[in-house]
Amino acid sequence: MAKKYHITTTVNGDEYEYLCEAQQTLLDVLRDELQLAGTKEGCATGDCGACTVTVDGTMVCACLVLAVETDGAKVDTIEGMANGNELHPLQRSFLELNGSQCGICTPGILIAARELLKRNPDPTETEIRYWLAGNLCRCTGYDKIIRSVQAAAKEMRGA
Amino acid sequence: MAQAHPILENSGFNPDKKLKIVGSSPIKHDGLDKVTGRAKFGADMFLPGMLVGKILRSPHAHAIIKSIDISAAEKLPGVKAVICRDDFPEIKAGSADGDMTRNAMAREKALYDGHPVAAVAATSESVAKAALKLIKVEYEVLPHVIDPVEAMQPDAPILHDYLRTKGVKGADKPTNVVERYELGMGDVEAGFKEADVIVEREFDTKPMHQGYIEPQGCVAATTEDGQIELWCSTQAPWVYRDRLSNILKIETAKIRIQQSEMGGGFGGKTGFYPEPIAIQLSRKAKRPVKIALTRNEVFRATGPVSGTKSRIKIGCKKDGTITAAEAELIFQTGPFTGSAFTNAPQAMFTRYALKNVKTVSYEVVSNRPKVNSFRAPCVPQVVFGVEGVIEELARKIGMDPIDFRLKNAATEGYKTIYGDVFGPIGFVETLQAAKKCDHYKSPVPAGQGRGTAAGFWFNRGGETTGTLNIGIDGSVTLILGTTDVAGSRISISMMAAEELGIPVDKVRAVMADTHSLGFNRVTAGSRTTFSTGMVIIDSARKAITELCKRAAGIWGVSPDAVTFEDGFCKPAGANVGSFEPLSIAQIAAKTMATHGAIAGHSEMNVTGAGPGFGLHIVDVAVDKETGRVDIKRYTVVEDAGKAIHRLQVEGQFQGGAVQGIGWALNEEYCYGKDGRMENPSFLDYRMPVASDVPMIDTEIVEVPNPRHPYGLRGVGEVPVVPTMAAIANAIGQCIGVRPQSLPMSPPKILKLIDDHKAKNGG
Repeated sequence: MAKKYHITTTVNGDEYEYLCEAQQTLLDVLRDELQLAGTKEGCATGDCGACTVTVDGTMVCACLVLAVETDGAKVDTIEGMANGNELHPLQRSFLELNGSQCGICTPGILIAARELLKRNPDPTETEIRYWLAGNLCRCTGYDKIIRSVQAAAKEMRGA
Repeated sequence: MAQAHPILENSGFNPDKKLKIVGSSPIKHDGLDKVTGRAKFGADMFLPGMLVGKILRSPHAHAIIKSIDISAAEKLPGVKAVICRDDFPEIKAGSADGDMTRNAMAREKALYDGHPVAAVAATSESVAKAALKLIKVEYEVLPHVIDPVEAMQPDAPILHDYLRTKGVKGADKPTNVVERYELGMGDVEAGFKEADVIVEREFDTKPMHQGYIEPQGCVAATTEDGQIELWCSTQAPWVYRDRLSNILKIETAKIRIQQSEMGGGFGGKTGFYPEPIAIQLSRKAKRPVKIALTRNEVFRATGPVSGTKSRIKIGCKKDGTITAAEAELIFQTGPFTGSAFTNAPQAMFTRYALKNVKTVSYEVVSNRPKVNSFRAPCVPQVVFGVEGVIEELARKIGMDPIDFRLKNAATEGYKTIYGDVFGPIGFVETLQAAKKCDHYKSPVPAGQGRGTAAGFWFNRGGETTGTLNIGIDGSVTLILGTTDVAGSRISISMMAAEELGIPVDKVRAVMADTHSLGFNRVTAGSRTTFSTGMVIIDSARKAITELCKRAAGIWGVSPDAVTFEDGFCKPAGANVGSFEPLSIAQIAAKTMATHGAIAGHSEMNVTGAGPGFGLHIVDVAVDKETGRVDIKRYTVVEDAGKAIHRLQVEGQFQGGAVQGIGWALNEEYCYGKDGRMENPSFLDYRMPVASDVPMIDTEIVEVPNPRHPYGLRGVGEVPVVPTMAAIANAIGQCIGVRPQSLPMSPPKILKLIDDHKAKNGG
């Protein structure tokens, strides 16, 4: 039996404790130990962005972070994006403008877009495209994703 | 012969009907789960006691499997089952089922790098991985062949001793050529004699992957009495069930498949991969088993699209009339047949009203993963060539390329090469819309090149089932069999709401498991919104008939005296009597007192699909120092027949075009001399990212298909068909020479520029 480590992490504001093996990634434990399956695995090599989450406010691919590294950290995932029944403006704009087709890349893209708008409330189309260049989508051709981010940014600016 | 279904004879299409819901863009009901992370995809199912399944794969492109020793792996603590070929029923090689079971788990030979040879179920991923290392496989490595043209040579390594070329008389030697398929019409020689200009070119395209972001994922659970429950990401639950039944020798009633949300498929999830392995592991371990493929496995062992070689020749008169067309096509299919290559000769020229056509096509096996469908299977690869020749001809005779296409455009009444006669189609309208759109009317920016290309897809119908249930409050649930790949649930809900005269928010659709409905063909070929829409509209109409009967009973009149309009049952005329109209909800509330629940159900082999046509316009810039191509502006013009949900139709156009941009510029399978795939990751197999592409403009043309109640055709396939051709034509305008090989990656473009310069004296 592989040695296990005792980890305490705050995920979406709730404290979790779990045991994990040294090689397990944050993505592995979010999904398999905590069953927070909204964070998706598309590649497990940091190339597709489907597992984008934040750790202590830093945007990361959960597949590139070892779970043991997040001991004592604050992790935020798609499951914590809405405020109770109130959707985040990005979630609403993705619904209204069809920014999500099959939906597998959507959680990662929403988290990444939220982090962009925190840093840059009025991004240009090019800035949005480059910020999201780490998040693959195969369905939409990105057009409606970009428009959804633009619409949410506008709403959040109160413009 | 069975009688055709009434709705297939007369759809009730009425171009003057005022539509309230169809043609709008409501929020899709499944969207909320997708933006909150609740949507459950293939790998998102968790069952108590569930084990982790892992697959051992061949590192060799071609090898005899002499022996497999699983004993050490079985002894590792935490391992609950180890399986290999011995755990699958023997099925004769060379049959459809024989190929299927051998692709799922290698038997006599490993036929490609990544071919499954054994599998393990264990209590954790780390134990499963450790167990894989303990399985001893003894291989006798054989010479391999990757390239289809090399595979056709007489001295090529032979994959299957039993294979003889279909379509060749007296073929008696083992070969890698599965089939020679000839399709033609008219007199090609006479046609070319009439031509003033003839262009003949050779093209090649590389296999690319469907590139769905969700790797295949499934959970199999089995019981002591042989029941199997399978949760999986699939475009084809019933097809999977029936094939699993065939290869595992289990009756269909004991296999219940529940489709998960599907994280992209594009044709790549029409055939199974880990599913039979998960089932056999679960049966052996007596525990649920989950297998989620890794991206490396997805690239090496699932999907790709056929690579092709083609020679295409077209002749035309000075006035632009095409007089003849000829093609020779070679399709690589992986180690087993199944590329659907006959689509190509049927579709490649279809959109032009040609009389003289000759095509010869070959399907060839080689030591690569078995190809799978991808949007408009096997057609975009050859349209890449056809539309290059078309633009070259147009320029040679000094004609606008869209005018050239208009001159030759097929219209209603044209008999196609595959025998169908076109009903009302919208190719001319599509070309006219393209000519009128802002993009085409704008001058080509300095330093850029503009290309256009046209595409066609049949669109499909097929066996489909569905049920519509009316609740006691008048709200409605739909049970659909076809997988929702990109929003069919909402589109079909919209059509049900339109029929019933209720708001779409009162309708909810679920995707059925295979026990809940009869057989549904695969979601593919742009058939789902059309076909499942048809059965649900039919179900709605049956429910309306029943609603009228109930109203008649309540009023004490004959059912003929009741009509249904805008959600209400009304007396058909003044002489019926004076009754207040009854809403669906009012009638539904009385179902206990009348005859129980009101529902409609329908199953049929849907016919009457309306062909789809598109025209793409693209402006590119080429960096002449690096060979990098930038897509500056892109417009998709396509006939949807009727756009049920406009935003989703636009999304299909845009997504298809960007997949085509990837195929055009970057995507390919690279192999080393050892026959192993060299780029099985998203880092090295580079799909378009957001910063690679511009906004994709769309123009929805609506020439209704009267065989469908709302006139729709289907929009999933055509958007990728012309993309590579349009981009190549644009590059040609930019650098003076039109690329004939995909992908048009920087080194290849740079070489074209250099060669062109050298030829023209620097």
